[in-house]
Amino acid sequence: MTESLIGRNLLAGNEPDPAGDAGHRDHPPRVGFFTDTSVCIGCKACEVACKEWNAIPEDGLELTGMSYDNTQGLGASTWRHVAFIEQRKPLGNAEAGVAHEDGVAQEAGVAREDGLAHEDGDATDLRWLMASDVCKHCTHAACLDVCPTGALFRTEFGTVVVQEDVCNGCGYCVPACPYGVIDQRKEDGRVWKCTMCYDRLGAGQEPACAKACPTQSIQFGPLDELRARADERVRQLHEIGVTDARLYGRDPDDGVGGDGAFFLLLDEPEVYGLPPDPVVTTRDLPSMWRHAGVAALTLLGGLAAVFAAHGRPEGKR
Amino acid sequence: MSESDVTKDGIRGERPDREALVGKGMPRRRKGRRGERAMVPEAKFTSYYGKPVLNPPTWEPLDIAGYFFLGGLAGAGSVLAAGAQLTGRRSTARALKISSLVAITGSAAALVHDLGRPERFANMLRVLKPTSPMSVGSWLLAAYGPAAGAAAVLDVTGFLPRLGRAATAGAAALGPAVAAYTAVLAADTAVPAWHGGYRELPFVFVGSAAAAASGMALITSPARENAPARSAAVLGVALETAAAKVMERRLGLVGETYRQGRAGRLMRAAEALSVLGAAGAALGGRRRTTAVLSGAALLAASACTRFGVFHAGTQSAEDPKYTVVPQRQRLEAAG
Repeated sequence: MTESLIGRNLLAGNEPDPAGDAGHRDHPPRVGFFTDTSVCIGCKACEVACKEWNAIPEDGLELTGMSYDNTQGLGASTWRHVAFIEQRKPLGNAEAGVAHEDGVAQEAGVAREDGLAHEDGDATDLRWLMASDVCKHCTHAACLDVCPTGALFRTEFGTVVVQEDVCNGCGYCVPACPYGVIDQRKEDGRVWKCTMCYDRLGAGQEPACAKACPTQSIQFGPLDELRARADERVRQLHEIGVTDARLYGRDPDDGVGGDGAFFLLLDEPEVYGLPPDPVVTTRDLPSMWRHAGVAALTLLGGLAAVFAAHGRPEGKR
Repeated sequence: MSESDVTKDGIRGERPDREALVGKGMPRRRKGRRGERAMVPEAKFTSYYGKPVLNPPTWEPLDIAGYFFLGGLAGAGSVLAAGAQLTGRRSTARALKISSLVAITGSAAALVHDLGRPERFANMLRVLKPTSPMSVGSWLLAAYGPAAGAAAVLDVTGFLPRLGRAATAGAAALGPAVAAYTAVLAADTAVPAWHGGYRELPFVFVGSAAAAASGMALITSPARENAPARSAAVLGVALETAAAKVMERRLGLVGETYRQGRAGRLMRAAEALSVLGAAGAALGGRRRTTAVLSGAALLAASACTRFGVFHAGTQSAEDPKYTVVPQRQRLEAAG
């Protein structure tokens, strides 16, 4: 089975070398993003840098009331999206610092040494989660698999890019994406998404969003290195009591074979608008073709049986 | 904080900032004693401001559901045409060949019309990708379309009868694939109501296709030739209805998208019309008027099924519940 599609994990499962499997020889190491949301400050510099560098048109000017998020989500003209989530939850052992009268110290029985001890009162837990979302550049990218024209392709860096001169706007990739990333620009007709700044990568530069990020929340680099760095960061956060910290999209054995752009999150993925257990739809495609084949034969056989049963009209047989 | 931490002796209570070690050195919080306590159990699922996780299909319902319907009508029609020809039902065969040609032309036109860049439709044949049902379908149409066209034109004109028979046979061989592959086209997406039903959807679609083509045969052919069409109508409706029921049950929570809203209305209409059409065809199909009315009901039922499936998919993609809850359940089941 090692030579078959499934055995080589070309449709699903752990696939160590997607660029090599796409036919690239002597290709550079697979690169990606590690977005550490625990240090995101919600400045949206990534959104702006992305728009500027890639010359993306305006994507609507709306005031949503969704915290500071007026961008709303990824789409054809939004390749980075900073999510803002306000929660009444503690962040590790940190003080929210929003209570007028902070009862934490007294209740914990600890006298604050810095003279900042407060009078009695209920602390208000508040944490403000911010996360910069982006195309995941999946190991098994459904958008790429279902693209009928070959406009979507795997680059030598292991990323997934749309060739705008080939795309005919069939829109198949849009519902295929399990993350709701790629979308059609209606006035243009074609689909668009993050290219991980393919042009910059080719020139040895890091993507615009990572370059612009002032807190290194968006880290760019070889995927292996990022994964190691992320594991270390989670360990560090767990040690200081931020037990909510978890990695999303890091596991090469997950439903999409691991993401090229993965995240450190502080809550469940769905809180950030991410699917909790995405699976590349083409994992089941061999089974779909089999079922369709049986259905087609059922139709052919059923109708043949009908004609066989009825024979020629009016007893001409 | 009412006073500044910056003093003449430097900064008081300085915390490491480079690594953003939030809360480092702070006392461990005691759990469960302070703050608000939830009085109601936590909601079944969370989402980001109710926004969909997926980007819903950008396809126009009229184009793509219409394409599903017409593709099925054409594909199953070619099989019926070949059967009619083999059993000496000349006028039925001719009528279905013509309807298949018209239907497949219409479906191809709908597909091109739905493209964001229609002038680039030929890019569909730029590559052949087994992982893309739309690529496979394009090649299938590229083979089936000319066969169906030749079958119709040669039948009507009477030219090259041997080639006409070969084209009829070719269209009949490819027709079931044309009718079935559109189910894979829909199922091979992240849309919960489509992907979750990938086992049954091809049977729903071929059943619906058989019903539509039988309906067309009942309308266009004389009563003395329509006995096979009447049986095929019953067969198609039975297959479609049964497969749809199984699919809805398998889908669990997501199955409700086939019962609610516009999709629910269309699916209920499809069921009622197809039962009506099949019963009419089976019981009164020898009478021309009943046959025509039954045929029309069957065609309408098939169209309702395709539009119903289409809208169920859109509804399931637009509500994050149908993406998040099944995935959560899967994670919990896996432990």
